[in-house]
Amino acid sequence: MAETLDYSWPAKEKRRVIGKPLPRIDGYAKSSGRAKYAYDVHRPGMLYGALLTCPHAHARITSIDTSAAEKSPGVMAVDLMARPGEEIQYAGYEIASVAATTLEQARDAVRKIKVAYEVLPHLVDERDLAKAGSRAKASGEQVSGDPDQAFKEADVVSEGFYGIPVLTHCCMEAHGQVIEWKPDRFDYWPSTQNVSGVGGDLAKVLEIPATNVHTHMEAMGGGFGSKFSHDRIGETCARLSRKAGGRPVKLFLDRSTELEIAGNRPSFFARIKLAAKKDGMVTAWESESWATGGPGGANLPAGSLPYVFRGVPNKRMTHTSVSINAAPQRAWRAPNNPQLSYLTCAAMEDLAAKLNMDPVEFFHKNLEYAGAPGPDVFRAQLQKAAELAEWKKLWRPRGQSGPGPVKRGLGIGFNMWYGLGHASRALTRIHPDGSVEVEIGSQDLGTGTRTVIAMVAAETLGLPVSAIKVKIGENAYPPSGASGGSTTVGGVSASTRKSSMNALVKLFEVVSDALGAPPGELEAVGGKIQVKGNPSKSITWQAACKKLGTKTIQEMGENAQRGPGGLINGGAGGVQIADVSVDTETGLVKMNRMVAVQDCGLIINPKTAESQVYGAVMLSIAGALFEERIMDQITGRMLNPGFEFYKLPGIGDVGEIIVHLNVEPEHDKRGVIGLGEPPVVGGIAAIANAVANAIGVRVPVVPLTPDKVLKALEGRA
Amino acid sequence: MQAFEYARPSTVQEAVSLLGNSWEDANLLAGGTDLLSLMKDYIHTPKRLVSLKGIKELEGIRKSAGGLRIGALVTLEELLRNPDVRKEYPSLAAAARGVASPQMRNMGTVGGDLCQRPRCWYFRLGFGLLAKGPNGESLVPSGDNRYHAIFNNRGPAYFVSASSFGPPLVALGATVNLVSPSGTRELPVEKFFVAPATENARENVLAPNEILTEILVPPAAGVRNATYEVRQKMALDYPLATASVALRMRGNTVASARIVLGHVAPVPWRAQAAEKALTGKTLNAAAIEEAAKAAVQGATPLSMNGYKVQLASVAVKRALEEAAQART
Ligand SMILES: Cc1cc2nc3c(=O)[nH]c(=O)nc-3n(C[C@H](O)[C@H](O)[C@H](O)COP(=O)(O)OP(=O)(O)OC[C@H]3O[C@@H](n4cnc5c(N)ncnc54)[C@H](O)[C@@H]3O)c2cc1C
Repeated sequence: MAETLDYSWPAKEKRRVIGKPLPRIDGYAKSSGRAKYAYDVHRPGMLYGALLTCPHAHARITSIDTSAAEKSPGVMAVDLMARPGEEIQYAGYEIASVAATTLEQARDAVRKIKVAYEVLPHLVDERDLAKAGSRAKASGEQVSGDPDQAFKEADVVSEGFYGIPVLTHCCMEAHGQVIEWKPDRFDYWPSTQNVSGVGGDLAKVLEIPATNVHTHMEAMGGGFGSKFSHDRIGETCARLSRKAGGRPVKLFLDRSTELEIAGNRPSFFARIKLAAKKDGMVTAWESESWATGGPGGANLPAGSLPYVFRGVPNKRMTHTSVSINAAPQRAWRAPNNPQLSYLTCAAMEDLAAKLNMDPVEFFHKNLEYAGAPGPDVFRAQLQKAAELAEWKKLWRPRGQSGPGPVKRGLGIGFNMWYGLGHASRALTRIHPDGSVEVEIGSQDLGTGTRTVIAMVAAETLGLPVSAIKVKIGENAYPPSGASGGSTTVGGVSASTRKSSMNALVKLFEVVSDALGAPPGELEAVGGKIQVKGNPSKSITWQAACKKLGTKTIQEMGENAQRGPGGLINGGAGGVQIADVSVDTETGLVKMNRMVAVQDCGLIINPKTAESQVYGAVMLSIAGALFEERIMDQITGRMLNPGFEFYKLPGIGDVGEIIVHLNVEPEHDKRGVIGLGEPPVVGGIAAIANAVANAIGVRVPVVPLTPDKVLKALEGRA
Repeated sequence: MQAFEYARPSTVQEAVSLLGNSWEDANLLAGGTDLLSLMKDYIHTPKRLVSLKGIKELEGIRKSAGGLRIGALVTLEELLRNPDVRKEYPSLAAAARGVASPQMRNMGTVGGDLCQRPRCWYFRLGFGLLAKGPNGESLVPSGDNRYHAIFNNRGPAYFVSASSFGPPLVALGATVNLVSPSGTRELPVEKFFVAPATENARENVLAPNEILTEILVPPAAGVRNATYEVRQKMALDYPLATASVALRMRGNTVASARIVLGHVAPVPWRAQAAEKALTGKTLNAAAIEEAAKAAVQGATPLSMNGYKVQLASVAVKRALEEAAQART
């Protein structure tokens, strides 16, 4: 039996696959349209579902009559998702569903369901805390140090108001699934971030054995934290299938319902006061914040402000959670972090401006207070970002951008995240014909997970990436965690490394005699198995596998829950610098450039890693300049549940993006750290700060649309 | 989408005969880029769709001594690529260039663009063209009106005219031909757009059984024209405000001017004070500045759209600057 194996990553100079910027292995399938998303699943005899949702923000159902819908052409099943007497807390809440032969018939039919409501008073807008009344719940003051004394002794005090509205997840592939519920078999094609777990969760609700559930997901069109659950739409889709005698039913949210109810990120508003010494060192933080994430409000996680600059010694914070009649929040890529980064970095840049200090110098100094990954990492990143952004050449003190109506400005934002790796099991098989497969009950949200698994297996087995067949997206495969918290790359890279190494050792045992060396002295390199460091004593991979006869090697590997280990780690950080031009006559903000410097430990695939940062920067631009959920106070409805008025940037709106990933040995040696979330955190702060720098005045609430920019400019005049 | 009957006539006469007396009877289908979304959202629920795509006489751009004739079925992309349009009617080319995306420009037609329904979010959510609440009150004045009208907005219509072609066509003095069972009428584009007074009225004068067949633009020789659009996004978005100008010059002096604002009123909005301010003036920075100011005189912004006053004024200034640079 093998002694405990050393699973650690090969030394950097020895890596042949890991660290190469390889294209995604499913890139062609996706760009040619051959990749099958849940939305593309088409089963024989499949029915189409449609939902009826509540048009009122707050109401009690008095009656529901489905008789006309049941008789509507093509209708095969109707399912009630709410009952008379029920109090509905937001518009878009699902009331009933219908399955019919065509989607059009289903949509026609749900409109025939008659629901009577008693309309109740609503609150859908939390921006004005004074209007929130009893919907606002203040939590107690959190105090540390002696803020009163610190403000008394301050050389400079800066005060400001900052806000960031509710955003919705905007998954391009809406929430939904296809379900086929037969008596002893339940097939489930969801769009999910949780292939291994979501089927069992749904089985529990439906009271069927988890063993009946077969979950399948080949490709996934975006989740961002909103697709962990089967949701009420999953339950109703299942019931429709059963009511229709086990026929498959496809039920997806339409675009407007997707934007209304399928996930949103809480808002954050705050009045912030900072104290500092003349040298720029912040001495005290005071904030009164409020936020909403729907009916349940939104809390401020303890100790989360100031962001990154955790060590500020004197602090006083109050927070008010506002409950409103809009759909509940869901985790959104780095939950709360973008909001907290914006509040912190904006307030700090305003202080720097008041101190007449260059923000690079100011932040550098105050990074003394930084939490993980620590002052040194952040400072080096800040310096690198400043260099790439041509800070010295381009930066001017706030409001001194020069003549002409178009003003240019630069601004800084920070991010940090935890990473680590979720629990993950992998199975590696080596077949006698030399082929290799890795099975993991994981999912590729579009981040490149499939490719990473193939690369790790290829590196470990000394094979090209094309030799590895990656099988994910089935709950029949070994269970692996949900993709959240940037834990997937850590989880699957560690489990794949271990399962592949365990399998390789079995192959070493088989060829050991032929090579005249014990298994522990063999290595797999370049499609061969050889005695370590001695290519003349080798056997090809094919020949080695042939020796297996009829036996396939099958070995497991496991990454235990979350803890850092030899292979993975947590605690990454990054700095972003935005470069914008603002047309002060129209209030339009144009992105010139965004520089993103990011630390993410050992990088398995620089190309997909960079892509994560590109995508994250684009989301930051969206949040800073375009996106917001607009609620109508009168009707209680979301006014922009579609991509015309829910604005997202196009490729022409994003400008240049420069990504710099830290690959120095001190980063590399930490192991793999997830990157999905951190780069989406600091961009809004950077852009908002750049705009303030350009026009000389803070536009307090993002997105920085022309109306708000012009208003801020007017205030200055 | 409600089930409908589909007809594909090959002549205008046949098409007209397939239409009905109410909008519920039949709708015309051109590129479908607006109509299909209206139908999917049950805002339009016609019993019949009459496709125009088989009607040859609605196609093509033709230049003659009388000016430019644009068939209703000409796509936005065709218009944009037309050398005469690019050379002599930069204000039309700019409007075409701004629309949405290549896909939209390839499907969308000029006729469809002029006849597209308003984008008012209350209308698109099903609260009606005049956006009424449960008690019959208008939702716009006290609601979210950030994208609504700043002129001609005393109700009951508060939306803005959606067409980017309306303003340059009005500025150029274009006309449209409308064909119905009772014959053909030719109308200035300016008269084509109207602010509806009742929920059953529309934002243009078309009757349910009438077809816009062609657009006639007078010759542009000696007319400096330009369109400036203030857009938040580079693609897939409507402008926040636009200005189209057409100036007839006598040397460096403006002999006559047409200045029309877009996306600021229920109709393309003639800025007559600006036209007057400019007429007889030398086209220089001071005159442009003055016209830009005059253009927004009398604006009546709502609670959230005051910023559009500034945008409209800047659009006029920039359109005039562009026209001043242009060769005639
Ligand atoms: C994301 C997006 C952005 C856009 N941005 C802009 C923009 O910036 N500026 C702009 O102007 N437009 C914009 N558009 C609108 C686009 O230009 C129109 O949808 C398109 O031009 C309509 O043409 P169509 O042929 O597809 O019309 P259809 O959808 O077929 O018809 C539209 C309406 O006009 C009626 N109709 C069509 N042809 C005739 C006719 N000949 N006679 C009488 N009635 C007729 C139809 O019955 C229907 O009611 C945008 C659209 C989208 C989706």
